[in-house]
Amino acid sequence: MANGNGRTGLKDRIKETNDKLWNSQVVGAILRPGSPFKQGYSDSPRNRSYVVMNNVLYHLHPVKVKRHAVKLSYTLCLGGLSFFLFIHLTITGIFLMFYYTPTAELAYVDIQALSTDIAFGSLVRNMHRWGAHLMVLSVFLHMSRVFYHGAYKPPREFNWVIGVVLLLLTLLLSFSGYLLPWDQLALWAVTVGTNMAGFVPVIGDQVKFALVAGVQVSAATLLRFYVLHVLAFPFIIVIFMAVHFWRVRKDGGISGPL
Amino acid sequence: MVDIPESLLRRSAEAKAKALGVPVEQVLAEMKGEGPAVEVPQAPEPSPAPSSPPVERGESPPEAGEGSETPEPVAVEEEAPAAVATAVEDPMAADQGDGVVEGNGAGDAQVAALVSPRPSVPPTGLPEGVRTQRLLTVVKARAIQDVKAEPHDKINTWPHLMLIEFGALLAMTALLVIMAVVIHSPLLDPANFNATPNPSKAPWYFLGLQELLSYFDPQIAGVTVPTIVGLIGFMMIPFIDRNPSTRPSDRKFAILLYSIFIAGSATLTIIGVLFRGKGFNFSYPWKDGIFFEDLADWLDFE
Repeated sequence: MANGNGRTGLKDRIKETNDKLWNSQVVGAILRPGSPFKQGYSDSPRNRSYVVMNNVLYHLHPVKVKRHAVKLSYTLCLGGLSFFLFIHLTITGIFLMFYYTPTAELAYVDIQALSTDIAFGSLVRNMHRWGAHLMVLSVFLHMSRVFYHGAYKPPREFNWVIGVVLLLLTLLLSFSGYLLPWDQLALWAVTVGTNMAGFVPVIGDQVKFALVAGVQVSAATLLRFYVLHVLAFPFIIVIFMAVHFWRVRKDGGISGPL
Repeated sequence: MVDIPESLLRRSAEAKAKALGVPVEQVLAEMKGEGPAVEVPQAPEPSPAPSSPPVERGESPPEAGEGSETPEPVAVEEEAPAAVATAVEDPMAADQGDGVVEGNGAGDAQVAALVSPRPSVPPTGLPEGVRTQRLLTVVKARAIQDVKAEPHDKINTWPHLMLIEFGALLAMTALLVIMAVVIHSPLLDPANFNATPNPSKAPWYFLGLQELLSYFDPQIAGVTVPTIVGLIGFMMIPFIDRNPSTRPSDRKFAILLYSIFIAGSATLTIIGVLFRGKGFNFSYPWKDGIFFEDLADWLDFE
């Protein structure tokens, strides 16, 4: 495009580059056809659908939901907040992993360094800890909300079972993380907790042995809990969450009004 | 093919009779295969077939408005466009002299076309080149279709639901940041296997169980309650509670039971967190202080 002087103005050049970028094959490959990012968004029923349909959101949400489902007083967003807290814990957890060594000699020193030396270390550690407590709370409240609404009734029985497994996994995640600071609080809280596992009839000792990697909590337990905390339990819980979210939609979305 | 209700057949016959200018009874008899084929007195003017109702998927033409008692007949040419022709010239229907009810495959049809049967014997005596006409009648979908699914009152996920979710996300983030800035995570002395702190407490979500352990045998408090009641019992809830109603007034017992569970576990947890001191003996937090490190910083802002 040329202006009156026969030269290309800066504005035109920017526009030209912009057009080229948005029409490029790379952008075309990233954005699905019909994506509002590609074709612009103006408020219309069609575009409202496209916002959901043309990206990964479509795995989580249908295009339309029941009107009562968006009433804040019905769900209090508890399931969504549990999921958000999980994401939040994953992000802050990755940050903490950079500075943490799961050995009896270094673990405590690393946590101390996080609290004093590392930029935002204290903030991120606090967020991770309080986020974990809040997640236990929000998952429990979510379960209570579902119970009081009778939302576990057919066809949602199986999703309730999955939900109970998710609650258990949340507790295990929180509990396994409890040991990692390797201070007196962590050591003895986990000792108390794992002693309870020893009371399981018949296989109690074996369960405890597998959990703490020995007859009592030791340096080996730290590594075991670390791997369980950062890898094994998150892996399992993500699989169960995927089934949980899928079943929410397949069972007809959110349960009906009371 | 299908049995057409008498009323519909009559309505169709009336429409056809009106279009052809012949008595209704004659058309009706012919439709039922009792009378002779109706002779078309003269070829009616061809109507614009492409805009005829069956072509429009699921949209109600103006003729099929709520008030119209007698449906407007629409003449369709034999050489109508494909969509119409398929509907009209169903060979089975033509052979058996039956009517064909064409619904919309998507199931959300507002109209369906009732096609009058083709005469078993083609009309004779027509001059060469004169094309016969057949009729489509617009009837209301509800008259011939059994609608099973009631439409839900639904709204778009974007923006209604997603804005609320985004608001909840922001609120939770703000809460987390404020908590993280104000309250510091506890960090006691390094782990020491030789120094057991007094008291030793589990994380708060297990403190209810630990509290239970001080009353009951470990086999009961440590095993039976958490695994049998807590885990398996909770998973079994949907299979034990066979009451199909979700209304609170119908499930008083279930709600009572769950509320007792919540109140009980909350009480046990609060006692375990606040009212247990040295040696896990009962103590008053306002007299002896709080023996729970996770809470230590909460009441000690800097």
